[in-house]
Amino acid sequence: MAYSEQVIDHYENPRNVGKMDEADAHVGTGMVGAPACGDVMRLQIKVNDEGVIEDAKFKTYGCGSAIASSSLVTEWMKGMTLDQAGEIRNSNISEELALPPVKIHCSVLAEDAIKAAIDNYKSKQ
Amino acid sequence: MKLPLYLDYSATTPVDPRVAKLMCDCLTQEGNFGNPASRSHVYGWQAEEAVENARRQVADLIKADPREIVWTSGATESDNLAIKGVAHFYHKKGKHIITSKIEHKAVLDTCRQLEREGFEVTYLEPSTDGLISPEQVAEALREDTILVSLMHVNNEIGVVTDIAAIGEITRAKKVLFHVDAAQSAGKINIDVETAKVDLMSFSAHKVYGPKGIGALFVRRKPRVRLEAQMHGGGHERGMRSGTLATHQIVGMGAAFAIAQAEMESDNTRIDALRQRLWDGVKDMEEVYMNGHATQRVSGNANISFNFVEGESLLMSLRELAVSSGSACTSASLEPSYVLRALGMNDELAHSSIRFSIGRFTTEADIDQAVEQSRNAVIKLRDLSPLWDMYKDGVDLDSVEWAAH
Repeated sequence: MAYSEQVIDHYENPRNVGKMDEADAHVGTGMVGAPACGDVMRLQIKVNDEGVIEDAKFKTYGCGSAIASSSLVTEWMKGMTLDQAGEIRNSNISEELALPPVKIHCSVLAEDAIKAAIDNYKSKQ
Repeated sequence: MKLPLYLDYSATTPVDPRVAKLMCDCLTQEGNFGNPASRSHVYGWQAEEAVENARRQVADLIKADPREIVWTSGATESDNLAIKGVAHFYHKKGKHIITSKIEHKAVLDTCRQLEREGFEVTYLEPSTDGLISPEQVAEALREDTILVSLMHVNNEIGVVTDIAAIGEITRAKKVLFHVDAAQSAGKINIDVETAKVDLMSFSAHKVYGPKGIGALFVRRKPRVRLEAQMHGGGHERGMRSGTLATHQIVGMGAAFAIAQAEMESDNTRIDALRQRLWDGVKDMEEVYMNGHATQRVSGNANISFNFVEGESLLMSLRELAVSSGSACTSASLEPSYVLRALGMNDELAHSSIRFSIGRFTTEADIDQAVEQSRNAVIKLRDLSPLWDMYKDGVDLDSVEWAAH
């Protein structure tokens, strides 16, 4: 399968790989997917008192497109408000990474991860 | 572009240069280009001689009579001809067929087709190390069973089926026994004089011969009857019509003759390379070799690197040409049906790579494969939330995943 340059770039040099303290009240954690389906994403955001995402981290088990999708959204989310981040759509991700049709589900999963992280953060407030 | 290192010999092999030379001599005007079926001139006679010589070479490798070899386009056609041919000829005797869940698609899809035609098929489940036991076959036999079809060596995990023992059981019950030997010919000894196999499929391109040619062994004593699937000029004693492809056939014959002469030395070398590969990665945590440890061919190493997804692993291993037990083989995200049939969980099946080693693999190739695999696994585990959880002592089976 041929991968786009954008996917290869994120795959070779993933941005913001890491883990934050789940117990921290400023941290929202979203974990989506299932090992049986071949992809699991964990996306974490650190939100300041103004409601702006200061930092974002991810770890992903999955194909190159899944890794690239999660890496990309961590880049995008930093500096966004929660509302802005909540507006990121899978189509934005698949367009930016030039994902082929069979890999669209990776971008859907990344959108789900964003929503799950935001929901988790809000539930802690 | 730097070509990746080829470690996918179970998928196909390059044609041995000695074979390619002989094939080229059967193509042009100066060469042996005649139609082997032409009886009226020397062009035909020479081509026929070359075809019959090749037939003997193929027969010799498995200790068969040359008259028991039918040329086909490959193992897929051989499987189709054997299974459909028997089913259609013996359907009045019975409608039950036995096979296994880990057969090649050429067998499974053919059986599915026969089910649509009204046949009943039993799919045996392998043990966790990939073996189908003779006892399982004996238990599955019914009064109306007409055929048992099992592969000699599994293409994904390399395990060897005990065809001699199974042949004793089927012969005693007068049930025909078909064996797909695409992955075993030239790799392990096959002796149809002693093994009571009635039909056996072969492919040339797994044995350093060309693609597009194969053969089916059809036993003469006791005689096995087949309904032809391809009708035409009545070639191959009516079992498979179509002008014989002299160059392909000569290539297959030469490849099988070389395999016979060099099998032992090839195997010794390849076995050592496989051990070198396994020794190079086995000390990493959560790495497993799939399939039975000893009842296997030397060239296959199917290894699961737990908590790393197969397709991304392949992406990291761009400099290696290997195959994955995961999504990459198709557009679907289904893990390998063979690995799943062994009872392996989906994530481990998704994490599997098949390395297959062959005649032209070197120690340096293996060392490179080991280094790249280790680096890739370390990198991807650093990226893997599952690895984190495993390291934190979380039981992944206890997590409620949101399947999608």
